[in-house]
Amino acid sequence: MSENKSFWQRLKSWIDGEEILIDADKYISTRERKERVSYEKAVSMERLRSNSTLYRVLCVAITVIFIAVMLRVVIDLPMFGDPNGVTVNEVGQRYLEQGIEETGAINFVAGMILDYRAFDTFGESNVLFMAVIAVLMLLQRDKKNTSAAEDQEMAEDEVFDSQDSKLILKKGAKCLAPVVILYGIYVVLNGHLSPGGGFSGGSIIGAGLILYSAANGQKKMQTFFTIKTLTRISVACLLTYCGCKSYSFFTGANHVGWEIPKGTPGAILSSGFILPLNICVGLVVACTMYGFYALFTKGEV
Amino acid sequence: MSHLLTNYYEAASVILFGIGFMNLLLQNNLIKKFIGLNIMDTATYLFLAAKGYVFGRVAPILTNGIIDKDYYINPIPAGLVLTGIVVSVSVTAFSLALVLRLYKHYNSLNMDEILRMMREEEGE
Repeated sequence: MSENKSFWQRLKSWIDGEEILIDADKYISTRERKERVSYEKAVSMERLRSNSTLYRVLCVAITVIFIAVMLRVVIDLPMFGDPNGVTVNEVGQRYLEQGIEETGAINFVAGMILDYRAFDTFGESNVLFMAVIAVLMLLQRDKKNTSAAEDQEMAEDEVFDSQDSKLILKKGAKCLAPVVILYGIYVVLNGHLSPGGGFSGGSIIGAGLILYSAANGQKKMQTFFTIKTLTRISVACLLTYCGCKSYSFFTGANHVGWEIPKGTPGAILSSGFILPLNICVGLVVACTMYGFYALFTKGEV
Repeated sequence: MSHLLTNYYEAASVILFGIGFMNLLLQNNLIKKFIGLNIMDTATYLFLAAKGYVFGRVAPILTNGIIDKDYYINPIPAGLVLTGIVVSVSVTAFSLALVLRLYKHYNSLNMDEILRMMREEEGE
């Protein structure tokens, strides 16, 4: 039916859902079944594993040889803490000498990861988001992958959460969770001035959310934080990051000159895009940490 | 030998890496395998952090207004460790989710047993 269409037309109709390029069911029913390979003979690894003593001895031998070789390498490495070693090279020295002038951040590491190497950090945030989405795909509860016993367990959990049976945890979390989250926000906002930044501060915020959720139960958490909130916050932050960095790449590479003012180094509102980028990364990390917790314990955010 | 004693952080990280690797090879329990993988990650962070340190210098955050390359330690390994931590967290979470699904299906965390059951299932 699609012989006389060009490849692009077929692709377009496939994307629109009008046509199926390969009918999977038909393909599976007509394909030739391969001869089953006997694993016992084909995979020698399997035979090796079945011989448990030999396998263990080989593993230990390989690891010991590996450690010995690596220790020999360590002997030839530059000495620990040597100021003239090869690891102290011109790249790091340039970050130290001109970092404040070029990025405006007092914390050289923040200046490095969010200005000189911002693209790398963008990739990291994306990796975190992809991880939480992948875990969501694998672990989200629905009717197909839960048994009646699990459903009953969840219902019991909900009843337990709504009772006053864990009073100490609830009172403790009521006192501690706001402080923990506030501290996380402080670490994120001061990322360019002091140790910390988006990743560490985001983890602290995530820990606060986890504490609150553990004490008060999933139901109460869902009144303000659902899977929709998680994806919306993460996507908005990643898009903001992308937009900010695209702007500075574009203006910087073309020498347009509309640079973001760096401000006075040391002030809270300084160092150009580093503060908004830290906030973006912090929110993504906080959502990811809480998302992992919620998906692994309850199977839903 | 004296070199090895001076570079004791690096030596420790290499040994730690070996311990994690052995865990990965010898453990049959899948969760213990991933604990081994995490030990290997941690060894890498220790190695990187040790390589960034220089005697008598301070952390790379402006102190007393001194802008001098000989006053601060190397900031690059800190950024590399950060990347490593993020990737390790993501990989661990993803693999543990896979393990959880395997456990739900086969009711076992033992890798040999899961492989055996998979073969039986395929053989039918």
